[in-house]
Amino acid sequence: MTQLPNFEGPVCPMPLQHNETIVIGHGSGGRMTHDLIQKVFLPRLSGGQPGSGNDFAGAGLPAPAGLNGRLAVSTDSHIVKPLFFPGGDIGRLAVCGTVNDVSMSGATPLYLTAGFILEEGLPMATLEKVLISMQDAAAEAGVQIIAGDTKVVEKGAADGLFINTAGIGWIPAGQSIGGEMARPGDVVLISGNLGDHGIAVLAARGELGFETDVQSDVAPLNGLIQTVLEAAPQVHVLRDPTRGGLATTLNEIAHQSNVNITIEEKRIPVQPAVRAASEMLGFDPLYIANEGKLIVIVPAEQAEAALAAMRGHPYGRNAVRIGEVKAAPERRVLLHTLIGGHRILDMLAGEMLPRIC
Amino acid sequence: MSDIARLTDDFRDGSLVQGVIDEIRRTVTRPWVMMEICGGQTHSILQSGLDQLLPPEIELVHGPGCPVCVTSLELIDRALAIARQPGVIFCSFGDMLRVPGSQGDLFSIRAAGGQVKVVYSPLDAVRIAQQNPDKQVVFFAIGFETTAPANAASVLQAQALGLKNYSVLVSQVCVPPAMHAILSSPQRRVQGFLAAGHVCTVMGYWEYKPIAQQYHIPIVVTGFEPLDLVQGILMTVQQLEKGTCEVQNAYPRLVTEEGNRAAQAIIQKVFEPCDRNWRGIGMIPMSGWGLRPELSDFDAEQRFEVAGIQTQESPLCMAGLVLQGLKKPSECPAFGTLCTPQNPLGAPMVSSEGACAAYFRYHRPD
Repeated sequence: MTQLPNFEGPVCPMPLQHNETIVIGHGSGGRMTHDLIQKVFLPRLSGGQPGSGNDFAGAGLPAPAGLNGRLAVSTDSHIVKPLFFPGGDIGRLAVCGTVNDVSMSGATPLYLTAGFILEEGLPMATLEKVLISMQDAAAEAGVQIIAGDTKVVEKGAADGLFINTAGIGWIPAGQSIGGEMARPGDVVLISGNLGDHGIAVLAARGELGFETDVQSDVAPLNGLIQTVLEAAPQVHVLRDPTRGGLATTLNEIAHQSNVNITIEEKRIPVQPAVRAASEMLGFDPLYIANEGKLIVIVPAEQAEAALAAMRGHPYGRNAVRIGEVKAAPERRVLLHTLIGGHRILDMLAGEMLPRIC
Repeated sequence: MSDIARLTDDFRDGSLVQGVIDEIRRTVTRPWVMMEICGGQTHSILQSGLDQLLPPEIELVHGPGCPVCVTSLELIDRALAIARQPGVIFCSFGDMLRVPGSQGDLFSIRAAGGQVKVVYSPLDAVRIAQQNPDKQVVFFAIGFETTAPANAASVLQAQALGLKNYSVLVSQVCVPPAMHAILSSPQRRVQGFLAAGHVCTVMGYWEYKPIAQQYHIPIVVTGFEPLDLVQGILMTVQQLEKGTCEVQNAYPRLVTEEGNRAAQAIIQKVFEPCDRNWRGIGMIPMSGWGLRPELSDFDAEQRFEVAGIQTQESPLCMAGLVLQGLKKPSECPAFGTLCTPQNPLGAPMVSSEGACAAYFRYHRPD
């Protein structure tokens, strides 16, 4: 275990030194909160720079941007059980989730804020590990975490640690990428294997009844997106298929753009271990969450360039073309099955329930 | 474990499946109606789009083999009443949570503070009972012959562990009595059966031979992958065209005539035949299993006195006709409008094996 900070001075509500676990007093707003921020958060999230002491952050647009373009803003709350899972943890998830949401507009993500809800009793070492992971992910994505907030709730009122992150990015002038932009004739690309994150987290809960070596794909996608946009500037839609999986995300796009999306089952990349786990549990990988995959919808003439660019990036090595956008039947996603039939690929109706037999 | 995925590849191979479909096309000379018994088969047929590839002479009707769908409303209401009680941890297979009772479902009990847990295996429920000696743990033991051995094993394990806080709410049902009921109906349309492969893995297929003889109907034990299904359909069509009524096995990689003797022995040790009320169909004599009297200590119906259950089905739901293969889900006026997976009026719209849910997910009309 690394050296933990020592919280000195009077503390509230109990006159005890608490540097091993989170106690209610850490959320009091008093000295303990202050110490927590100064000694645990700031050294890890702002590169050691002192905070402004304000509850807001002033953020200038980067110099080359001038005042051209627009801001992309997004926020997302992260809860995951367990906090650490193969391939990632809640900290990496919280940074990547918001970086990716901001990036799906084609924006360059710049700044993040982070709000923490800590459960009394959370080991300080756990918090520290999560913060280091956040900083690592932020560094990888090239974003800064510039403001934060902490609350502590009684034991039992939260599940260890919840993190909300908000992000701001810069959309260059003239860029219009969004779920409403898909057009008939466009090609649908996916950056790699589906279902890794969902299966990795389920396995980490120990509820599968078998072991698997599947790793979560949680990753910041802004680098991949930048590579794609340089190769194929006419991209219409970028989207990360997180909760609800590829099927749900494609349905959202089909509705937003008032188009049909038809995909080929045989082209959909799923790694064998995820397929096997899904078979046994009665899950469909098309509905399982991903945290580091990118859907790109692009005019046909730029599809090859986009695909080649994706494959040249570490997070897009297994990128493939999975389908195309058509005019009708609108607001529907269709799947051409392995045996040559076709069917509706619907949104996830509710919680994915394991089947009986 | 990755090998499991590779195992299924050949059984989903488009050209192999097409080859068998071509053979069906060459064999069939006139219309035939056949029923796949199991809801898992219904889903596989619609999920793979197989129904669109078969020649028009073949009509598949969907059978009652969805355990969630046929569990009686009275038992679901009883489950809800037990789950609502303080000090109870109610364990269930995931599919059951959204099945509507007369008022609400298990999800709504959980939202209201009840302890409802999804388990993957009944033995998980026994473990929960061990870990929570101050709580009463109840497992909703539903299903056909497929789930019966594991459900029975949980009772034996609880007994061996001396657990006083474990009980099962039993709704076991059996396939052969349902086949009798369907075949004796005056509205009978079914001319051939694709028997449920997983049920036969446990029970074998010896018990189907008298049925095939009595009703002069071919019965082919069939698996769940597209290639399994077309093979079962082909063998059924061949028999229908020849006019034979044999029991054949198109799923020999898992099924033998005598079945799994060890599993059957566990079932017999714990359960005995009883009458069962099938949701949407009604009472079928000796169509289910209940706990043997010597194991009544583990019977949740006896442990929890629940009085005054008055069931009320949605008057719009025609699940019974669907489960008997007399109507297609899309023929129901409520289908896709008043009744959807988000707001199901009947159980077949809920389950991953329910015919209405399969139609809604894969074949909803525009």
